[in-house]
Amino acid sequence: MGELIAFYLLAGIAVATALAMVITRNAVHSALFLVLNLVVVAVFYLLLGAPFVAMVQIAVYAGAVMVLFLFVIMMLGAERVGGTTGLRWQVPLAGALGAALIGGTLFAFLRAPAGLAPVGSPPVPFGDPAAIGERLLTTYVLPFEITSVLLLIAMIGAVVLARDSGPEGK
Amino acid sequence: MLQGYAVVGLYLLLSFALLGVVLLLWWFLRPKKPNPLKLETYECGVQTVGDAWVQFRAQYYIFALIFVLFDVEAVFLFPWAVAYNQLGLYAVIEMALFLLLLLGGLLYAWRKGALEWA
Amino acid sequence: MAPFLVEAAIKSLILVLLLLTGFAYLTLAERKLIADFQARIGPNRAGPYGLLQPLADAVKLFFKEDFIPEYADRVLFVLAPLITLIPTLLIFAVIPFGPELTLFGYRTRLQLTDVHVGVLYIVAVTSISVYGITLAGWASNNKYALLGGIRASAQMISYELAMGLAIVSVVLTTGTLQVSGIVEAQRNGWLIFLQPVAAVIFFITGLAEIKRAPFDLVEAEQELTAGYLTEYSSMKFALFFMSEYVKMIGFGALMTTFFLGGYLGPFVDLYPGLGVVYFTLKVGFLIFVLIWLRATLPRIRYDQLMSLGWKVLLPLSLANVMGTAVVVALTA
Repeated sequence: MGELIAFYLLAGIAVATALAMVITRNAVHSALFLVLNLVVVAVFYLLLGAPFVAMVQIAVYAGAVMVLFLFVIMMLGAERVGGTTGLRWQVPLAGALGAALIGGTLFAFLRAPAGLAPVGSPPVPFGDPAAIGERLLTTYVLPFEITSVLLLIAMIGAVVLARDSGPEGK
Repeated sequence: MLQGYAVVGLYLLLSFALLGVVLLLWWFLRPKKPNPLKLETYECGVQTVGDAWVQFRAQYYIFALIFVLFDVEAVFLFPWAVAYNQLGLYAVIEMALFLLLLLGGLLYAWRKGALEWA
Repeated sequence: MAPFLVEAAIKSLILVLLLLTGFAYLTLAERKLIADFQARIGPNRAGPYGLLQPLADAVKLFFKEDFIPEYADRVLFVLAPLITLIPTLLIFAVIPFGPELTLFGYRTRLQLTDVHVGVLYIVAVTSISVYGITLAGWASNNKYALLGGIRASAQMISYELAMGLAIVSVVLTTGTLQVSGIVEAQRNGWLIFLQPVAAVIFFITGLAEIKRAPFDLVEAEQELTAGYLTEYSSMKFALFFMSEYVKMIGFGALMTTFFLGGYLGPFVDLYPGLGVVYFTLKVGFLIFVLIWLRATLPRIRYDQLMSLGWKVLLPLSLANVMGTAVVVALTA
């Protein structure tokens, strides 16, 4: 029961912060609403019994990715988006895609109410860091190693970008 | 298990409630006689030109980018470190591969001068 | 209300009150010690040995005028000190101050909550501690403040990586993510002896994270006035100040828990109450070292700071993780 109340409360906050993020004109405020949203989502993971994912969500998304966002926003001096934006055809497209997503979710919801019945509590080692680590290095070792290659590529990309846009132009 | 986290929420709530009492008291006690000079932005007595929300150096951005990449890596290390005893030598080799690739990335950034603060 | 919530509420209130007193007397201790290091007397007017000085300071700050600069972002300017305080307080939730003991016939653990992924919780909380300061700097709309805030956040993210990796070494050695488990794993020897490199890295990165000398570039008054604090006054300033000192205690507590055996010490199993004494002594010693360092070391330059973080500590901590992995694999 307490969990249900917590869920609805958090869901409300999540939706509100997401909306606020889109509506806010000031880019720094937008970024902060997104941080709040990400933290609330992390709490959802906790409710779902996945503390590892929850902590990672905060450390990586709220703690690293959003700091990068904030830096970029502050760096470009683009805090306040002017009245006219460069987005013309994107607005109706975003609206259409958003509507499609809501429609799809509603469709799935109405079609298969049985699938929405509460699932039993997850198996015991579920979401346990040790269990995740073991899976990661046995069953999913190939994707895991590919991830490291991906990270390496991202690193090289960052450095190349840095050299082209660096203040010295070296 | 959820209880453990509920306690964290309660702790934060209570400490802010306590703080709120102090701040409320302060709100009523503090003097307030603003004048335009007091509210000026401080710049060692010089009149401020423009606001501080301007473009500044891109180098902070590069460090933030590299930080994000390494942060993702560090996150992978934690489950590995806990499960380590159950995995044995096999895990050492796999993780060594993972770490060496990333170390290669760091060395690349280093060699290209991205870690230089000029 | 569930009994565990009542217990938690009592523990929370005690913890917050202890932190508040700790903060107040830490400011006095620092001023006294720095004065001693510089052969001065230090505060000695308010009460015997200046013991009432923190109280006098609090009263003074209460009656200082509080203003918001005209061009500041008003909402964030007010919120920033509070945002800074959140991670500062959250760290203490998982720290074991003592072993399990019986108090008034009630068996309890001197730790607010012992979550299963406590170490990750600490990593997550430190990672969001960047926001308050960055936002304070930005919201002030003051050039010094913004530069101070950005410097602070760049410094913190640069040292966070090495710190995280030092913690990974600790997890590798102890095989647990539970904070109490890490303390218990040190019964046969403190981790500072098993993991000296990680301990040194953790200590240095910790200094940088809490922005203490010699890493206090954020408040380099010669270049940046007071950094992100430039426009803050009265209670809002006091909140930042409090956050900085409570972070010192937090740093001492984390270092003690990870490397100095936490509450462990002789006869702690016979008299669990001793655990609290040991813990306090260890944290006190570390805080003394922090103050000592401030009195001794000059501030380092920004480029030195960045290269120390990225070119020395990060590769070193990576090497330490790999070395630890090999040793653990060979000895297991």
